[in-house]
Amino acid sequence: MALYSEKVMDHFRNPRNVGVIENADGIGEVGNAKCGDIMKMYLKIENDIITDVKFETFGCGSAIASSSMATELIKGKPVSEALALTNKAVAEALDGLPDYKMHCSVLAEEAIKNALDDYYSKHPEKKV
Amino acid sequence: MKIYADNAATTKLSKKALEAMLPFLTENYGNPSSLYTSGQLAREAVEKARETVARCIGASPREIYFTSGGSEADNQAILSAAELGKKAGKTHIVSDTIEHHAVLHTLKKLEKQGFEVTYLPAHENGIVRVEELEAALRDDTCLVTIMYANNEIGTLQPVREIGAVCRSRGILFHTDAVQAVGHVPVDVNLDNVDMLSASAHKFHGPKGVGFLYVRKGVKLLSFIEGGAQERGKRAGTENVAGICGTAVALEEAVENMPANALKLTALRDRLIKGLAEIPHSALNGDPLKRLPSNVSFCFEGIEGESLLLLLDDRGIEASSGSACTSGSLDPSHVLLAIGRVHDVAHGSLRLTLGDDATEEQVDYIIKQTGEVVSYLRSFSPVWRNLVSGKAEFIL
Repeated sequence: MALYSEKVMDHFRNPRNVGVIENADGIGEVGNAKCGDIMKMYLKIENDIITDVKFETFGCGSAIASSSMATELIKGKPVSEALALTNKAVAEALDGLPDYKMHCSVLAEEAIKNALDDYYSKHPEKKV
Repeated sequence: MKIYADNAATTKLSKKALEAMLPFLTENYGNPSSLYTSGQLAREAVEKARETVARCIGASPREIYFTSGGSEADNQAILSAAELGKKAGKTHIVSDTIEHHAVLHTLKKLEKQGFEVTYLPAHENGIVRVEELEAALRDDTCLVTIMYANNEIGTLQPVREIGAVCRSRGILFHTDAVQAVGHVPVDVNLDNVDMLSASAHKFHGPKGVGFLYVRKGVKLLSFIEGGAQERGKRAGTENVAGICGTAVALEEAVENMPANALKLTALRDRLIKGLAEIPHSALNGDPLKRLPSNVSFCFEGIEGESLLLLLDDRGIEASSGSACTSGSLDPSHVLLAIGRVHDVAHGSLRLTLGDDATEEQVDYIIKQTGEVVSYLRSFSPVWRNLVSGKAEFIL
């Protein structure tokens, strides 16, 4: 049996939405290099819709795959849906992660929430 | 291209070893403890193997005890020395910070039982200092256990000098030589060693078998009770095929050692030179006092597991001291012990070449590693902070 599912390997080998958004509406960064994982998410938001999302990740295969999958799950979706995204949903969309790698999906969830917090701090009027 | 570059993890079984093993897995399946012909054939084979193994490390056959591998040998040597030390009122042990877990975890267990352990630093070059060892010795020191060669960074310890110091102080000296035996010249007399652990699958022998050398006159305790095998020091029916494979593989490794060491050292240095050209990278451990096959690097701004997976995609099998490859949050204790900070230790790569390695393979590894490292850096927020000046480069 392989370490990771085919889905994880696909998102690891061909990560979606890699990069940076200049003038992003929200930026989130979680994790630390000491533990071996850092995720940074950039969001572009128009009319409460996440019109674009990019990420940068320093981390293992599942950290990169989790970031990639999380961006796919929220791209083009209303902010409310992104806020409701759970780490479980990320892991499930990847056809599962090994137990000791579940924290990677948690980081992905947190990175998105962190970026949305940043967005709300810049646009307090949007907060419901 | 397919390149297995993880020979410190395990090696391919030698053909000669396999041939030596097969008869004992098929028609000659007798138990060496049985008195009839097939049993005695097996007994003869085991004793012949013991002679060969002994000859390869300058020991006598009665000083060799076959075990299930290096970890068992380490456990038995250390626990035995400790228990005998305790009986004499000596409960201090000297070791170092970059030992294999088979040694470190055994020492932790002894610490819980009241033993005191001094862990010598391995310094930046991954080598312990003899003067620091001398200073650490006490009247109640019952054992010094220092590895021959490190499994992660390949550094060679000054075993001979350490052994001489221990001998002059009348203190038992054990060395975990799992990475050394079959790769560098090991002679228990020249090296002043009292106990030595080795593992067959690290020198093209089979997995699940190893041996412990114990100098004549040094008492060894048994931890597996049962029959009188291995002169009462290790019960259980002998792994006859494994033991025969061990002897043949070791004999072959020792015979080919001069030629292999020469060839591998040149390839190792070529690999080191090539990888050092990747910006913000560094070799781990002393550049010269290291195993002929070992290259260990850290690359700043990336994480080791993703590096390994992408190298695997390109046909290169290697390993890393990254936390993500061990299932823990901390990167390799060896890399931390030689002063690599966490952030950098996560981006480590260990390449251990096989005897069949070629220049072409080494050049392929250099090229692929360079490409994968720069690809991973291209979307690493750590790397972005470094190049934009928000954080300072360490390497």
